[in-house]
Amino acid sequence: MADFFNIIFSVDFGYAVLRVTTPILFAAMGALISDKAGVINIALEGMMLISALTGVIMSALSHSAGLGLLGAVIVGALVGMVLAYFALNLKTDVILAAIAINLIAMGGTVFVLFMVGGDKGISSSLASKVLPRIDIPLIRSIPVLGPILSGHNILTYLAFLSVWVMYIFIYRTPLGLRIRAVGENADAADSVGISVRKIQYTALILSGALAGFGGAYMSMGYVSWFSKNMTAGRGFIALAAEAMGGATPHGAMFTSLLFGMFDALSNSLQTLRVPAEFIQMIPYLATVIGLVIYAANKTEQIKRIQAHQNREARKGAQEVKLL
Amino acid sequence: MQTDFLSMNNITKVYPNGIVANDGVDFSLRKGEIHALVGENGAGKSTLMKILFGLEHPEEGEILLKGESIHVSSPNVAIEHGIGMVHQHFMLVPSLTVAENMVLGSEPRRGIYTNIKKAESETLELSRKYNLTVEPSARIRDLPVGIKQKVEILKALYRGAEILILDEPTAVLTPQETKELFEELHLLKEKGSTIIFISHKLHEIKELCDRLTIMRNGRSQGVFNVADVTEKEISRLMVGRDVILEVDKGPAAPAEISLKVRNLTVVNDFGKNAVNNISFSLRKGEILGVAGVEGNGQGELVEILTGLQRINFGSVEIEGENIAGKTIKEIRNLGTCHIPEDRMTYGVAETLDIEQNLLADKHDSPRFTGKILTRPKVIRENSLKLIGEYRIKCGSPLEEVKMLSGGNIQKVVVAREFSSDPKLIIADQPTRGIDVGATEFIRKRLVELRDEGSAVLLVSADLNEVMELSDSLIVMYNGEITAFIEDVRSLSEEELGLYMLGIKKQTDGEIGRALHV
Ligand SMILES: Nc1ncnc2c1ncn2[C@@H]1O[C@H](COP(=O)(O)OP(=O)(O)O)[C@@H](O)[C@H]1O
Ligand SMILES: [Mg+2]
Repeated sequence: MADFFNIIFSVDFGYAVLRVTTPILFAAMGALISDKAGVINIALEGMMLISALTGVIMSALSHSAGLGLLGAVIVGALVGMVLAYFALNLKTDVILAAIAINLIAMGGTVFVLFMVGGDKGISSSLASKVLPRIDIPLIRSIPVLGPILSGHNILTYLAFLSVWVMYIFIYRTPLGLRIRAVGENADAADSVGISVRKIQYTALILSGALAGFGGAYMSMGYVSWFSKNMTAGRGFIALAAEAMGGATPHGAMFTSLLFGMFDALSNSLQTLRVPAEFIQMIPYLATVIGLVIYAANKTEQIKRIQAHQNREARKGAQEVKLL
Repeated sequence: MQTDFLSMNNITKVYPNGIVANDGVDFSLRKGEIHALVGENGAGKSTLMKILFGLEHPEEGEILLKGESIHVSSPNVAIEHGIGMVHQHFMLVPSLTVAENMVLGSEPRRGIYTNIKKAESETLELSRKYNLTVEPSARIRDLPVGIKQKVEILKALYRGAEILILDEPTAVLTPQETKELFEELHLLKEKGSTIIFISHKLHEIKELCDRLTIMRNGRSQGVFNVADVTEKEISRLMVGRDVILEVDKGPAAPAEISLKVRNLTVVNDFGKNAVNNISFSLRKGEILGVAGVEGNGQGELVEILTGLQRINFGSVEIEGENIAGKTIKEIRNLGTCHIPEDRMTYGVAETLDIEQNLLADKHDSPRFTGKILTRPKVIRENSLKLIGEYRIKCGSPLEEVKMLSGGNIQKVVVAREFSSDPKLIIADQPTRGIDVGATEFIRKRLVELRDEGSAVLLVSADLNEVMELSDSLIVMYNGEITAFIEDVRSLSEEELGLYMLGIKKQTDGEIGRALHV
C-alpha cells in the first residue's frame, strides 16, 4: 500500500497524467465539436489510428516531424470528410459508417504499414521523427509543479490550448453559434437559411483534424513508432469523457484528465505485484463506471427539471387566463 | 378595386406518401390586410404556407409576387422576397438567447467574434418599434410560449419580412396572450405588414381578420370578406356539414363503483405534496370531470391511476382490485384505458405506422397473435375497421403516424384505447389542440361509452369541455379537492373559477359526498 501512495504522490506521476491525457483530450475536443453539431463521431478511434500511421510514414519520408504532423492532421480531416460524405450525402447511418471506418483503420493500418515498410505490427524499419519537447523557462524551476508542467511534448501544450480555442470558437464566433444551433434544432437553423449539411461537414472535418493531432501525438510524441492498434480505445474513452464533461470544453478537459489519471495509474502500477491483466483493465473500467454514474444522474436530473418546468409553465399560463 | 399583392395559382402538392395535401388551390393576398386561412386539421393549410415559404415544392402551380412570377426554392429565397413565417412548432434554439436566435444565420460580427452587443441592441430596437417586448439576453428555454412567439415574429421582421405567415399562433396561447398578440398584429398591420393568419378558431378570425380563405380536403372553398360571412357559414364550409359542438347527452345512470381513491398523497420530486390526501369514487355509467388550473395535482393523479407513477400514501382500487405494486399492463388488464395528455410522447410511437399504433396494447392478445407469429390478416381487418369507424384520415394503415394531422393522431390514440372494451376511461385533455370535427367526434364517443356502462374520468383544462361533458365534477387546487359538484348543470362558470383558484372551498362534509358511500 505504501508503494501505491508513493507512486501516486510523486512528481513523475503528475507528469505522466498530463502525458497520457494528451491524446484523450484531443479526441475529446473532436468528439465535442461533432456532438455540438448533432453528428456523433464515434470514428475518432479509427481516425487517430490512421493519423498515427500517416505521421510516422510522412515524417520518415520527409525527414521532418512537422510535415509528419501536418500529414496526420490533413488525413484525419479527410477521414472526417469521408464520414460526412457517407452520413450526410449518402445518408448511411453515421454510427454504422463510423464503425466501418474504425474497422478499416484497424486492419488497413497494419496492411499499409506492411506495404510501406515491410513491418508487421510495429514500424521498426521506418526512420520516423518525433515532435519536440519543450522546457518552459520560468515554470521549469518551480518546485514540484515545475517538473510536472514543464518538459512536455509540444502537442501536450497544444492539446490544453485547444480547450481554450474550442471554447472561444464554439461560444464566441458566428460559426460556433451556427454549429450549436444545428446540433440543437436543425429545423430552426434550416428555417433561417443555414445549410445544415455544410455545418455538419465542417464539424466532422474539424473533428477529424483534432483526432489527427491525437494520432500524431501517439506515434510521434507518446512513443516514436507506430504499432498495431496503438490507440487502444482512447477514441472511445474520449467519447465518454466528452459526454461526462457535460459537452463543454472545460468539463471535457477535466474528465479527460480523470481518465488520463487512471491510464497513468495503470501504467505505474505495473511495477507493483498486481496481475497485469487487472491493471490494464483500469482505464476502461473507470470509463464504464464513470459513464454509468453520469448517465444515472443525468436522466434523473433531466426528468426532474422537465417535469417541474412543464408544470410551472402551465400553471402560470392558466392562472393568468382565469384572472 | 385593390390588386393582388401576392397570388398563388392552381397549387397542387402531393406528398411522397401519396396524400394530395393541396389540390389546385388558389390563394391571394392584398397589401396590408390580415388574411385568415381556415380549415380543419389536415386540410392543407400548413402545406400551402410551407410552399410559399420554400419549405415544400409544389407539383404544379405558380406564385406571383407584385405581378411577377417567383420561384421559391428555399426559405432563403422566401426571406429575400420579404416573406417570413412563424411555424406551428417554434423554430428556436432553446439554449441560445433571444438575441442569438434573432441574428442566427446573419450574425453581426466584430473581428472573428459574433457581435453580441449589436445583436442585443438591434433586438431591443426592433422590439420597441413593434411593441413586442422581449429580453434580448434571456435564454429561450426559460421563456413562456407567449414570449417565444414574439421572438419568432421579431425574427421574421429582423429579416425584413413584409408578408408574415403565422401558422396557428393562438393554439398554444392563453386567452390573455392571444389578446396581446392581436394588439401586436394590429400594430404590425398599421405599420404596413401583410399577415396570413392560420387558425380554426372562428371567433378569432371574426375579431382579427379582414378576409378569409377556407380550405377543406386540400381544396379552397373560396375567399370571403370576414364581415360578409357568419361563423356558422364558415364552419359549414370548413367541415362540409353543420357542426354541433354541444354534445347532446341524456342523464347518467350511475351503477356500481369502478374506481375508488382513498387518502391518496403523491410526493413529487421536490418533496412537495403534489396530491394531498384526496378521496373520491367514480361509478360506472357516469362521467366525473376533474377541473382545475393545470399543475394542481391532476397530472400526478392521472399518472398514479394509470400506473406511470407509484403510490406513496393511500390506496387506489380499480374494479375492486388494489393497484399498488401493479404494472401498467396489469392495470390495463383490469379494464383501464388512458388517453394521455401528451399524445406524442405517451399516446403514439410517431415513427411507427397507424396499424402498429392501433395494435400497441393488444399485440399479445390471442386474437392477433398465434403461438409464434402474428396474424397479419386479422390485424389488417382490425386496423381498417378502426380507421373507418373513427374516420382517421389517411392514405393507408401503413402510413407513419407522424405524417397525420394532430386531430387524426388523437383519433388513432382514441381508437386504440376505446376498442379494448374499457371499463374505466382516464381521459386527460382528450381534445386539446385538435380541430372541431375530431373534438366533436371524441366527445360523442365518450358519452356513448358512458351510456354503454364505462366509467369516465375526464381531466380537462377546457372549462367548456368539463362543464358540458361531465355529470359530476371535482375541482382540484393545490393537490386537494376543493369542491365536489354532484350535478354540473347547477354550477356557474364563476363559481367554478372560485373553487379553481382556491378562493372558495366546500366543507369536508360536502366534499365527502364524492365517496358515494
Ligand atoms: N411531410 C409530410 N409527408 C406526408 N404527408 C404530409 C406531410 N405533411 C403533411 N402531410 C399530410 O398532408 C395533409 C395536409 O396537412 P397540413 O398541410 O399539415 O394540414 P393543416 O395544416 O391544414 O392541418 C394531411 O393529411 C397530412 O397528414
Ligand atoms: Mg397545420
